[in-house]
Amino acid sequence: MSVKDKLQTMDYEVSLESRAAADAWLDGHKRRFGHFIGGKWVKPAKAQMLPSFAPATGEVLAEIAVGTKAEVTAATKAARAAQKDWAKTSGHKRAAYLRALARLIEKHAGVLAVLEALDNGKPIRETTNVDIPASVQHFDHHAGWAELIEAEFPGHEPVGVAGQIIPWNFPLLMVAWKVAPALAAGNTIVLKPAEFTSLTALYFAELVIAAGLPDGVVNIVTGPGETGALLVDADVDKIAFTGSTEVGKLIRRRIAGTGKHLTLELGGKSPFIVFDDADLDAAADGLADAIWFNQGESCCAGSRLLVQEGIAGRLLEKVKARMAAIRIGHSLDKTVDMGAIVDPVQLERIKRMVAEGTTDGAKVWHAPCVLPAEGCYYTPTLVTEAGTANILMQEEVFGPVLSVLTFRTQKEAVALANNSRYGLAASVWSETVSRALEVAAALKAGAVWVNGASMFDASVGFGGMRESGFGREGGREGMTAYLVPKAERKLKDLKAEAAPIGGNAKDIDAAVEAAAGAQAAWAVKAAAERGTVLRRIAETLEARADDFARKLEAAGESRKAAKAEVATAIRRLFTAAALADKFDGVVHTAPLRGVAFAMNEPFGVLGIACPPEALLIAPVTLTAHALAAGNAVVLVPGAVLAGDMKALFAGLPVNVVTGNPAANALLLARHAMVDALWSFAGDRAAQEAAAADNMKRTWAGMTKAWDWKNGSLTSGKALMERATEVKNIWVPWGDQN
Amino acid sequence: MTSPQYVNVGTDFHADWLDDIRVNKSAVERRVAALDGARPVSGEALVAFLVKAISCIDLTTLAGDDTPGRVERLCAKARNPVRRDVLAAFDVADIGLTTGAVCVYHGMIETAVKALEGTGIPVAAVSTGFPAGLTPFETRVEEIRRSVAAGAAEIDIVVTRAHVLTGNWPALYDEVKAFKEACGPAHMKAILSTGEHGNLTEVAKASMVAMMAGADFIKTSTGMEAVNATLPVSLVMVRMIRDFGERTGIKVGYKPAGGIRKAAEAVRYLVLMKEELGRDWLEPGLFRFGASALLGDIERQLETLATGIPSAPWRHAMA
Repeated sequence: MSVKDKLQTMDYEVSLESRAAADAWLDGHKRRFGHFIGGKWVKPAKAQMLPSFAPATGEVLAEIAVGTKAEVTAATKAARAAQKDWAKTSGHKRAAYLRALARLIEKHAGVLAVLEALDNGKPIRETTNVDIPASVQHFDHHAGWAELIEAEFPGHEPVGVAGQIIPWNFPLLMVAWKVAPALAAGNTIVLKPAEFTSLTALYFAELVIAAGLPDGVVNIVTGPGETGALLVDADVDKIAFTGSTEVGKLIRRRIAGTGKHLTLELGGKSPFIVFDDADLDAAADGLADAIWFNQGESCCAGSRLLVQEGIAGRLLEKVKARMAAIRIGHSLDKTVDMGAIVDPVQLERIKRMVAEGTTDGAKVWHAPCVLPAEGCYYTPTLVTEAGTANILMQEEVFGPVLSVLTFRTQKEAVALANNSRYGLAASVWSETVSRALEVAAALKAGAVWVNGASMFDASVGFGGMRESGFGREGGREGMTAYLVPKAERKLKDLKAEAAPIGGNAKDIDAAVEAAAGAQAAWAVKAAAERGTVLRRIAETLEARADDFARKLEAAGESRKAAKAEVATAIRRLFTAAALADKFDGVVHTAPLRGVAFAMNEPFGVLGIACPPEALLIAPVTLTAHALAAGNAVVLVPGAVLAGDMKALFAGLPVNVVTGNPAANALLLARHAMVDALWSFAGDRAAQEAAAADNMKRTWAGMTKAWDWKNGSLTSGKALMERATEVKNIWVPWGDQN
Repeated sequence: MTSPQYVNVGTDFHADWLDDIRVNKSAVERRVAALDGARPVSGEALVAFLVKAISCIDLTTLAGDDTPGRVERLCAKARNPVRRDVLAAFDVADIGLTTGAVCVYHGMIETAVKALEGTGIPVAAVSTGFPAGLTPFETRVEEIRRSVAAGAAEIDIVVTRAHVLTGNWPALYDEVKAFKEACGPAHMKAILSTGEHGNLTEVAKASMVAMMAGADFIKTSTGMEAVNATLPVSLVMVRMIRDFGERTGIKVGYKPAGGIRKAAEAVRYLVLMKEELGRDWLEPGLFRFGASALLGDIERQLETLATGIPSAPWRHAMA
């Protein structure tokens, strides 16, 4: 086109990034890859191979191997063999390796950005500006944790060998999210990248070699979900999974009872709430970061737009105009905003869900964007008039599809936002600070962005509530997911216990409902006030110490032991009371003008099934800490003290169910309104599997013989951490001109 | 090159149009940052954007030591802003490229009008007690009348910043409306002096009030404030132009002024206009740069693009 013509159209020029370096690398491997095990490339002779496509065009970029049991076993063995030495390597030295990886990714940023864009279909601008630099930052940040590990996490050791299964939406960045904290903490890993997007992980393997990491510290086995399932079953101490909620539940059920650690970062249907006092243009821009970014293939995509009714018309006009201006095209074109959908399978899924939503009455508007003639693309789509029950309002699409609902009041906005099985992220748009922060505090979400969307930093933990999974990645919280207290390691394993039949379903249900009804009021009480209440209970117990000691004696304890147990229980109550207003959150030093702060929030309803031992200490300690954190409790104590527990916690959101804890624990595990379960009785494997249904939090490693007398693991801060989950709230500020 | 003249007949004062204006600074900065690099302008498009930028420049001299000779030289540059051979390299020597206007103080209007006779290049005059705008109201209005009478086709007015800083929007409206009436057929650009506003919400409200009062263009700065045109301020102002258009159907022009000296910056502004307001705002009828040094850098960049050899300032005729 001539300049004269351009002066008429004033169109941009397509500007393709060169792919020569990426092609050269692929050619260097003859476009066929094996697995990376024990520091070496392993090319199974008769391996089944899978093509890896470029979704922008459909061309086959390379072939990857399907990992079988033999390779998964070899990889976990290599990781196991390397783990002890790696854990013994000083934090300072591990930090040096992580920094080396950061520098290498930086050095290879150009080719990695191109490879990622080609393999995933996302725009080169995003891989260049987001995926690759964020990966570098993650390694640098965690090099820092490695450097500080002895000082920051005394008395801890690495979990061991971690199996890590990652998704296709941010392929290299997810490698960084998984590998960096694991290595920093002294674990070795076996990583299985997604079969659609394994290429940058394989490139990363070469950087691992170049960085001189000891053989076996990082192992990468490629393949589809079946390979991942083999890894879950393999000899690993932990599984870290990022992906769909559906698969997350399968994994959880599969490892239930094995004692393997687990963190899950799963799906979402994150609300994007716009109030009538918001900057509407900014909110429309924010949606670009929330739902059009990465083709909407993001677990934290703001896919549910909740807009105050009075401004819905104006906002949607702005959103539509913004959508119409989205440029879609080849992932290497530097001028596009959206690239291709990762795979025809995913494209079909998006189309199927939108069709189903439409059949059920939703109105669908496709932005008038021009799509390339070939390749795997989907138009940005706006869904209105769907109602709350529509699949497009309920389920994660993982595509550029935005569903809209209106609300009348702030209260209704919060109710609609929390009307979801998920709880990953949320955005709140309002220029009124008191409103925005009140809403942020009320949302069930692991990350809340005020007047923003999709903000991340390696120093700020990210992860979900409810069925969006558990565990945090990034920051201190993320490190704890790869560490375990040494004292916990010394605990004896309990033999699997058969669950007695029965339990009282009606009682449990009534107790859960009562607890759920009382929780909100308890949680919003001033923390110091919760402490005061607990202190009074401690004083009551103190006053009745002899009485309780006699009861314990009657139950078979020696007089000395009974007295000691009562004394300990009193101390635990005072401890919990003291901690109520001292278990503070954190203000992060995230890179924004503003603040990102972590709040320790109660789960909601916490079920407690007491152990057969520690008749007084266990129920009192557990209940007191759960309460201190703001939870409501359904308590199933041992039969001997059930009546006393009722009396002791009378007037508080504690609902005591009499009956066998072992029999009632499974009922608690199954109950969808129970948000978390601490169980020390019955068939823990069955409970864990049942807990997967609503992804309730369970006390991990329930099959240990916990030491109730020595409270280092079973009271105090350690227990407060188990009684809460972290919400990170991002509040950018700035108004002065 | 001619482009259509857009006239803003203005509206009544609508207090409710201001009520729900809210601007979040962090979000504005994010949008500007995201746009930078999201639309790389390259190849022929880059040449077109640079040529287009020249056609949108209000080539300006606003100095106490301006003389007729200096203004005549400036006008000559406005008529022939780029060396013919450079334009010929892109086959655009015949499009009649000129700057958008020449912008001077009242005292230089007649000189400029004479120097530009027959070219179609309008003369713009800064007015109303530029730059502080604190001379008596009557003399400010009279200054406009005299400038129009002297041949100025465009009047760049300044507003009373106190009205903005105290939120006295009706007073701002009345002032700008009175100026617009005094302009008669002349095009009016309302300079808001955004660098002196307390926050971006004030910038947005002042923009909206100026448009209600009939400003044909809204303009950031006099060039004399400590902070002049910026991309974040521009984003806020052009979004108000869009909102005003949606409410009234009237297209209002935009003029960032002061501090835009580099070709690459000019391209960023054009991208912002294209992305936020659309193609129509890439013409001098709806977009101007208030700049004096910008042209020189664009010339250099154009020659560099034409020859592949980095150019030097002295190879291009100075204004």
